[in-house]
Amino acid sequence: MKKIWLKLLPFLWLAQSGYACEGDCGNSRWAILDPKGPIAADEKTLILTAFGLMLIVVIPVIVMTFAFAWKYRASNQSATYTPKWDNSHLIEWIVWTIPAFIVLALGILVWRSTHDLTPEKPLVSTLKPITVEVVALNWKWLFIYPGQGIATVNQLMLPAGTPITFHITSDSVMNSFFIPRLGGQIYAMAGMQTELNLLADTPGTYQGLNTQMSGEGFSGMHFEVRAMTPQEFQGWVNSVKKGQLKLDGMHLKQLEVPSENVKPVYFSGVAPMLFESILQKYAPDTDPTPHHDAPHEHTAHATELKINRMTP
Amino acid sequence: MNASFFLGKLTLAAIPYQNPIVMGAVVTACLLGLLLMVWITYQKHWAYLWGEWFTSVDHKRIGVMYIILAVVMMLRGFADAIMMRTHQALAEGMGQGFLPPEHYNQVFSAHGTIMIIFVAMPFFIGLMNYVVPLQIGARDVAYPFLNSVSFWLTAASALLVMVSLAVGDFSQAGWTGYPPFSEKEFSPTTGVDYWIWSLQLGGIGTLLTGINFFVTIVRLRAPGMTMMKIPVFTWTILVTTVLIMLSFPVLTATLALLTLDRYFDMHFFTNGMGGNQMMFTNLFWIWGHPEVYIVILPAFGIFSEVVSTFSNKRLFGYVSMVYATIAIAVLSFVVWLHHFFTMGAGADVNAFFGIATMIISIPTGVKMFNWLFTMFRGRIEFTTPMLWSLGFIVTFTVGGMTGVLLSVPGADYVLHNSEFLVAHFHNMLIPGALFGYFAGYSYWFPKMFGFQLDEKWGRRAFWAWLSGFYLAFMPLYALGFMGMPRRLEHYDNPVWQPYLIAALLGTALVALGIFCQGVQLFVSIRNRNALRDTTGDLWNSHSLEWSTTSPPPFYNFAKLPQVQALDAFAHMKEQGIPHRATAPFAPIHMPRNTGVGVAMGAFTFAFGFAMIWYIWWLAVVSLIALLVTVVMRANDENVDYTLSADEVARIESNGLPHSAHAPSTVGAPEGVAGEKHNRPAGTHDLATQGRE
Ligand code: HEM
Ligand SMILES: [Cu+2]
Repeated sequence: MKKIWLKLLPFLWLAQSGYACEGDCGNSRWAILDPKGPIAADEKTLILTAFGLMLIVVIPVIVMTFAFAWKYRASNQSATYTPKWDNSHLIEWIVWTIPAFIVLALGILVWRSTHDLTPEKPLVSTLKPITVEVVALNWKWLFIYPGQGIATVNQLMLPAGTPITFHITSDSVMNSFFIPRLGGQIYAMAGMQTELNLLADTPGTYQGLNTQMSGEGFSGMHFEVRAMTPQEFQGWVNSVKKGQLKLDGMHLKQLEVPSENVKPVYFSGVAPMLFESILQKYAPDTDPTPHHDAPHEHTAHATELKINRMTP
Repeated sequence: MNASFFLGKLTLAAIPYQNPIVMGAVVTACLLGLLLMVWITYQKHWAYLWGEWFTSVDHKRIGVMYIILAVVMMLRGFADAIMMRTHQALAEGMGQGFLPPEHYNQVFSAHGTIMIIFVAMPFFIGLMNYVVPLQIGARDVAYPFLNSVSFWLTAASALLVMVSLAVGDFSQAGWTGYPPFSEKEFSPTTGVDYWIWSLQLGGIGTLLTGINFFVTIVRLRAPGMTMMKIPVFTWTILVTTVLIMLSFPVLTATLALLTLDRYFDMHFFTNGMGGNQMMFTNLFWIWGHPEVYIVILPAFGIFSEVVSTFSNKRLFGYVSMVYATIAIAVLSFVVWLHHFFTMGAGADVNAFFGIATMIISIPTGVKMFNWLFTMFRGRIEFTTPMLWSLGFIVTFTVGGMTGVLLSVPGADYVLHNSEFLVAHFHNMLIPGALFGYFAGYSYWFPKMFGFQLDEKWGRRAFWAWLSGFYLAFMPLYALGFMGMPRRLEHYDNPVWQPYLIAALLGTALVALGIFCQGVQLFVSIRNRNALRDTTGDLWNSHSLEWSTTSPPPFYNFAKLPQVQALDAFAHMKEQGIPHRATAPFAPIHMPRNTGVGVAMGAFTFAFGFAMIWYIWWLAVVSLIALLVTVVMRANDENVDYTLSADEVARIESNGLPHSAHAPSTVGAPEGVAGEKHNRPAGTHDLATQGRE
């Protein structure tokens, strides 16, 4: 019982970042507050900053509630009592303007941070980014590495320090692709392509998951994210390429059959334009231009988004 | 799916008799219902219930029935919450909990739908039914019969949700019902259809109520009550009705489109074939966001009444309260996108909606400060309604803060769809809606029944609810930071489990609070003589509902009050203006009770059920029956009567009976006294105010 009470004081741990972890720390307690990439780190700072700003109003309100309730309790006959007093321009001014100023500050913060952290914005890096095409299926994740010509199910290998551009769609219902310790999520929707740019600072194992309820297998729809050194990553790619299994239309059909808690699968090859064909299945009139790794591509992502990525 | 002509898709297999949990619930519910019916029959209460309640068009009776409906549905919604909490406390790693996924999904979907549509909505609609006409010094609402129809539509759709427990299943798509998951392809059973039709039919009832109360407040205020003399609670209701009238049609249309998809293979929101799921998401929240303000604004109104009354002081900043309410309402229509920043709309759009959302916190903050300055230099009595209000101020501030946090798109990217979000919206809805309604319930109960609720049990209920709330939901904020998504049926992370066990304990405390509320009601009824209030103004309040007796006569006011100031009743008391009418009295024109509302509710239920199960003949028959009923009612001239001046005088002097005297249309003698008034069809309801 005592333990539970202790655990109920989570905010004491806010600033602390999970346990010290070496290598495998996928299960860090405070996933969101223990970022392993620049995007997640910025998002954490943003949360703490906004939190701090709001306390300027929140703490006075709470303190005033207790103070007024105590001071002006009916039994305290010595306190001032002004039953008819119902207006004060000064107070009105203060209560409208102070929150307004805080909102102004927050508004500036929002405008800036939203433009900085918008998921389709490429990360600045000297390293050549890697593209991963992500397909949400019932109930597993398919990752296609167009530059490497391989694909995996429910396991995402990444070179640490390298910007990753995810092109995301769904071959089923709406899903949401999320790797808490690397940064914010984005929906996966059939016939549409969303984009997310993330980066893992250090090698390690993290968890990725779907956050949008998608039916019976939803709860088990998570995947392992392993960030490794670029050399290790290249070694892994080479070893996958030695495998027999190739991802073609027939294998995709098999993957489309609903299944739960699927163990990782590797494909040593991928049929060309597979990702585009999944998009086109639901949106036949979209532009089939491939958007594989090309150095120039990330400056031109805006045009690439024309694939039925409508602004709601 | 082979459908038969008579029963559509309905077969015996639709009854989940192999599921012990569902069947247990169904059998218990049926037994309780049966027990109640036997008791009523034994006590020979049926005639009374039918004549005085079910067929009543009295806003006070309808109000009480709405509140009873809300409380019953709250027990159902809360039972769902206990199931989810117990299940999640168990379902870690090897533990599988006790609900399979397809059942767990139905439970959270039903819980969300019920809590919002069939608890929060009927609860405040019940309170506003009771209070608003009294507060503006009117004899009833603008359209008393329509009011009865609204109630029975709501009750019929609540019944549909309940029936889904025993016959078929409920939606698994969450209370939001996002396609394509809610499309036929992914949800082939009748579950989503139950969700659609209960929301659709209930929504129509709500829209009618919105129109009714809008007209009531605009047209039927007592002489002298100018806009800026309207009591704050009525102001919040007026703004709420505008929100209802503007937003509910969007829900109606959206559900209709989804219905076309599911029933006629159309492709508004499907994957592919030109369907656009993002459109549904937008439309849903264009209704959904105003909807949360629809349930919260009335509670704000209640807090204003309560804080002022129990601080024994005038409300601070009335004008600013009114403008803040209006500002919140206007802004509530330009923030809907904050529910899906993660859809990828781009930085400009997300930032716009994020900032718009934050701006709402300004008028909301103003309201908080105005309540605080109402307490400032007051004489605060810590009665139960006041405790709920104080608990609200502190708790809602915390919820507001986490809400602003979620309105920062960058923060939402990591907190969206998480337990943090679940904690946030419960942190708004439990203090911001339920606590307000509980405050209103204990504040106006003496007005409704002439005796006060037991304070001791009221305080116990409050403390159990408050501590239960914190214990049940603060751990969820932490779980959100740990990356736990919402709607999770199973998880493999031992670190989360203690928090979920804590949340379960908190829920048990809330259950204790609900238990205390039950005991409170029981004890109060038993001790009603000791708790009786004969003054009609138990709390020394300021608005007109307290100027009449408790409970008020069925015509509310023998003579319509003259309003000279804001806080009209306080003004009368101060100036020594007599507020109880004295002879000579004038005749009062009243609406007659009618069973047509009940019939329409029954036909609506049959229609909904038929549509859900594809029983086309029944759908057609019930729809025709509905139309015929409406036409017959429109041609019925015998819908009102006049209470003679003598009768009024007799009631006023004879200790004021609380039972309505209005005879029902069915087999009623021609009026009670005097001639029935013949008026052009459609205007008679308004005319019942006797203010020609
Ligand atoms: C008083 C005790 C309550 C408890 C213990 C409780 C518990 C829960 C739980 C466990 C969930 C599922 C969370 C998840 O998805 O992981 C939930 C969802 C929800 N609750 Fe409550 N709840 C309570 C009261 C309320 C009230 C009063 C309202 C509204 C007025 C409400 C509205 C909702 C909604 C809208 C959802 C979301 C359903 C969905 O995911 O579609 N709840 N609640
Ligand atoms: Cu909203």
